[in-house]
Amino acid sequence: MAAPRPLPRLDSDNTAFWTGGKDNELRIMRCRDCAAFIHPPRPVCRNCLSDNVAPEVVAGTGVVDTFTVNHQKWHPAMEVPFVVARVAIDGAPGVYLTTNIVGCAVDDVDIGDRVRVMFEQQDDVYLPMFEKIS
Amino acid sequence: MSSDYAYITGIGQSEVGMRLTRHPLSLTVDAVREALDEAGLDISQIDGVSTYPGRVSAMLGFSPVGADELVDALGIRASWYAGGMEISSQLGAVTAAAMAVRTGQARHVICFRTVYEAAAMARPEEYPMSRRGRVDGYSQWTAPFNALSAAVWTAQYAMRHVKQYGLTREQLAQIALTDRANALLNPRALVREPLTMDDYMSARMISTPLCLFDCDRYTDASTVIIVSAADALDEVSCTPVRIEAMAGSVERLSWDQAEWMACYPTGEDLWKRTDYTPADVDTVQLYDGFSFQAVAWLEGLGFCERGEGGRFIEGGTRIALDGELPLNTFGGQIGGGRLHGFGFAHEAVVQLRGKGEARQIQGDPRVAVCTSGGGPLATALLLVRD
Ligand SMILES: [Zn+2]
Repeated sequence: MAAPRPLPRLDSDNTAFWTGGKDNELRIMRCRDCAAFIHPPRPVCRNCLSDNVAPEVVAGTGVVDTFTVNHQKWHPAMEVPFVVARVAIDGAPGVYLTTNIVGCAVDDVDIGDRVRVMFEQQDDVYLPMFEKIS
Repeated sequence: MSSDYAYITGIGQSEVGMRLTRHPLSLTVDAVREALDEAGLDISQIDGVSTYPGRVSAMLGFSPVGADELVDALGIRASWYAGGMEISSQLGAVTAAAMAVRTGQARHVICFRTVYEAAAMARPEEYPMSRRGRVDGYSQWTAPFNALSAAVWTAQYAMRHVKQYGLTREQLAQIALTDRANALLNPRALVREPLTMDDYMSARMISTPLCLFDCDRYTDASTVIIVSAADALDEVSCTPVRIEAMAGSVERLSWDQAEWMACYPTGEDLWKRTDYTPADVDTVQLYDGFSFQAVAWLEGLGFCERGEGGRFIEGGTRIALDGELPLNTFGGQIGGGRLHGFGFAHEAVVQLRGKGEARQIQGDPRVAVCTSGGGPLATALLLVRD
């Protein structure tokens, strides 16, 4: 991967998510009162308004909900084509991550594919990317 | 004084082009002048201003003129004004103005959208994109994965439609083909060259399934819609168009946590607020910054069942200028230019007043729907000429 990616600014809401890869963990915020998952992570449950929420480690697998093959170079250093996908996260109903599907040809990705997280580190951020489970 | 209805009176538009050198405030004033002339109003009668998204200093080309600047620059004594991005999309500026005149906050409100993205690209020293460091807000969930454009976000909804409902490229092409055919009849349209199915099918991909011709292009222009109070209509000389219903609903304010785009709840809510039904509509002017958004709007507004949008537009005859439901008769954003939402309201009024000239639809159109927005942003207006 050539050009550096735009990275998130870490704050108290998102640090657990963006740094979980250091411990190889995909962490999604969850309410301890009603058990709902909350993404994007916030300090309040969108289901019951409780603030008794904390990041929880999920399995790190999921299913491709939808995807696109990006062919356009949005800046000169961008390497194309690549797959942008939305992955439905196993064990966290209603949570989807926009991500890249890596480790296979762009034409090999389809809706319904089973995928597993792998982290790409840039600076202090661990980006959750996914690869197909063969 | 309050009333159940607000009305669109004057409409105006500047020159529409790419890399214009005329100042964006001057373009805005051109559109204001045309709208005032049409309504038979004087600037001294304007007491409100509304815009989307307000001046955006980090991306001046995206929005170089704010409501506050227009109020001051035109010497308007404003009793109400608003401008901002946290609203249901571009035409949310019109729904806000409609509520303002209905509650007596103002009598005649200039609503405007000025875009200057092509000029800004050509003159970066004058209109810089401020280079931020790290990203925050919603873009932190998309930008790190190089999902950098709404084209990519919209393409994922389109791909789901392809896989789940069988939308084909030939079907999707009908939005661009219809837009570009209509643009040939609109002297102000940005793109005035014919487009064929062969051109479309051989175009390079931007983000599958969207190709180059599924996307609008950076445009420089200003569009103005004047919203007037019911008890102020005796001051105008044009045929008023009544805002019969409006909606701007969302289930998740997110490009990726929502199963489908906000046009679905918005379309559903629009019809809850009126006795009219989709069968009464003579023309639709539906947001098509990316072609698929217009397909989703047709479904969301109930012109066809969810999943049937591709088959609904198949062959293009139904949505053609002489079809049963003429769509985007000015060329939409793909042909008419990226007027960013306001072009759809402008054209709905043109058609309802029978002022479309070469592109005027047949019959005596009285009911139109216009929309703006894609993804989590959606506004729909039902307009009626009584
Ligand atoms: Zn809860």
